[in-house]
Amino acid sequence: MKLDDFINKTGQWLRGTGNYSHIVMSSRVRLARNLNKLPFPNKANKKELIDVLATVQTAMDRADIFKKSTLFKISELDNVDKQFLIERHLMSHEHASNPEGKALVVSQEEILSVMINEEDHLRLQVMHSGLNLDECWAIVNNVDDILSEKLDFAYSIPWGYLTACPTNTGTAMRGSVMLHLPALVMTKQINKVLAAVSKLSFASRGFYGEGTQASGNFYQISNQVSMGQSEQDIIQNIIGLIRQIIEQEEQARQALLIQNKPMLEDKIFRSWGILKNAHIISSQETVELLSMVRLGVDLDIIKDVDQRSINDLFITIQPAHLQKIEGKKLSASERDAKRASLIRQKLGGT
Amino acid sequence: MKCDLCNKKATVHLTEIVDGQMTEMHLCEGCAREKSVQMEQQFGLADLLAGLGDFGKSVKPTEKVQLVCSNCQMNYDDFRKFGRLGCSECYESFKMHLGTLLKKIHGSNNHFGKSPIKMPQKERQKIEDLQEMKNKLMQAIQSEDFEKAAELRDKIRDIEKKDK
Repeated sequence: MKLDDFINKTGQWLRGTGNYSHIVMSSRVRLARNLNKLPFPNKANKKELIDVLATVQTAMDRADIFKKSTLFKISELDNVDKQFLIERHLMSHEHASNPEGKALVVSQEEILSVMINEEDHLRLQVMHSGLNLDECWAIVNNVDDILSEKLDFAYSIPWGYLTACPTNTGTAMRGSVMLHLPALVMTKQINKVLAAVSKLSFASRGFYGEGTQASGNFYQISNQVSMGQSEQDIIQNIIGLIRQIIEQEEQARQALLIQNKPMLEDKIFRSWGILKNAHIISSQETVELLSMVRLGVDLDIIKDVDQRSINDLFITIQPAHLQKIEGKKLSASERDAKRASLIRQKLGGT
Repeated sequence: MKCDLCNKKATVHLTEIVDGQMTEMHLCEGCAREKSVQMEQQFGLADLLAGLGDFGKSVKPTEKVQLVCSNCQMNYDDFRKFGRLGCSECYESFKMHLGTLLKKIHGSNNHFGKSPIKMPQKERQKIEDLQEMKNKLMQAIQSEDFEKAAELRDKIRDIEKKDK
């Protein structure tokens, strides 16, 4: 598969299916692994990075699970291509900088992706639609087992998997869930929820990953502690916390429907109206409006569009996606016009 | 609204969440600029880690010579500065400091969970036995069987000491 083959499709994790998919956009489990005794990427020179990449590539070539995957060498991608992969949540911003010796491996349905030579030698990531951490863990655990037969992973007793940053040592696992919480935001309860999340040693961040502000009422919750509990226990703890947040969001939605349905409907239909009719629109405004429409679809207030189409738009309205779709570089104002036209086309607007 | 620090007109409104406690500050432009410099200084990962006990203490000059990783030549001061280790062997070279640091970050410095499939059966068995013993220790503590707990604790210590 070539990078351009990804343009006309989006990942499985946007499908809008699976448990609690009306509130949970996606689940993700990530494992960090390093090759024993070889310098971590931040310490390695160019030759050492290239050697690690070659070793990992050989191991992957001999594993059936990677047969239909594609490997991109980051140094061979232009800036729009790199941004395109970041926008799809397949790799981090950090992976795009200093591209020498770095690579990204992506499976056909974009369920599995592997960053090679990011902060650690390998970052294995599995994403699924809905609250589906168990399945993510099962897949990534299997991939890890297969690779660990072919590669000598850094591991110690009693500290477990050894990573470049000690905040990841142990299981070296991060489980995270992307939640859409518009009613908790509208009823001004979100800060209380986030304060409780941080008190329980979980981290929350925005839709577009580490260091980003929450936008479109999306919040990503993940474990902070990676040692002292088994992978399954960490995952069960996250699921327990997420179920409670889902319950609170559902209650807040019901409260809004009972106490102020006209206001809610007005907000949702105005968002719908602007998206279907705008000719120039920024990505920030789009995300806020799409968030309201997504809520409208969940509450059956808007019936003429399905959740998958809305989920897809959160990804495809981003700058690099618009430029890949158009097949050329676009200025900021050209992008705002292209974005509006894409949205009208997808939502059956004027 | 007036600035919380100097009584000028507040134009910047800052919300901070520290240890789950939310505080709001209303600041004028001058005080906000000063505050943001402070925040930037506090926000590096290395600084966050340095805030966690002995990791932050400066290494005595006499120790400096020893605190260099024999495999990748990373020195401990650089780790303190950047918050990243140089290779898997750094864990062995800096283990006296890292044990405490890991406990402060994770609340534990013992890994529970999977191990690489390629490890020799004997090693894997040892890890599984150790984990089993730790589970039993937790159960003994919960059921207040302290005699059994103390016995298990000593056995675990012996095994871990042999590995270090």
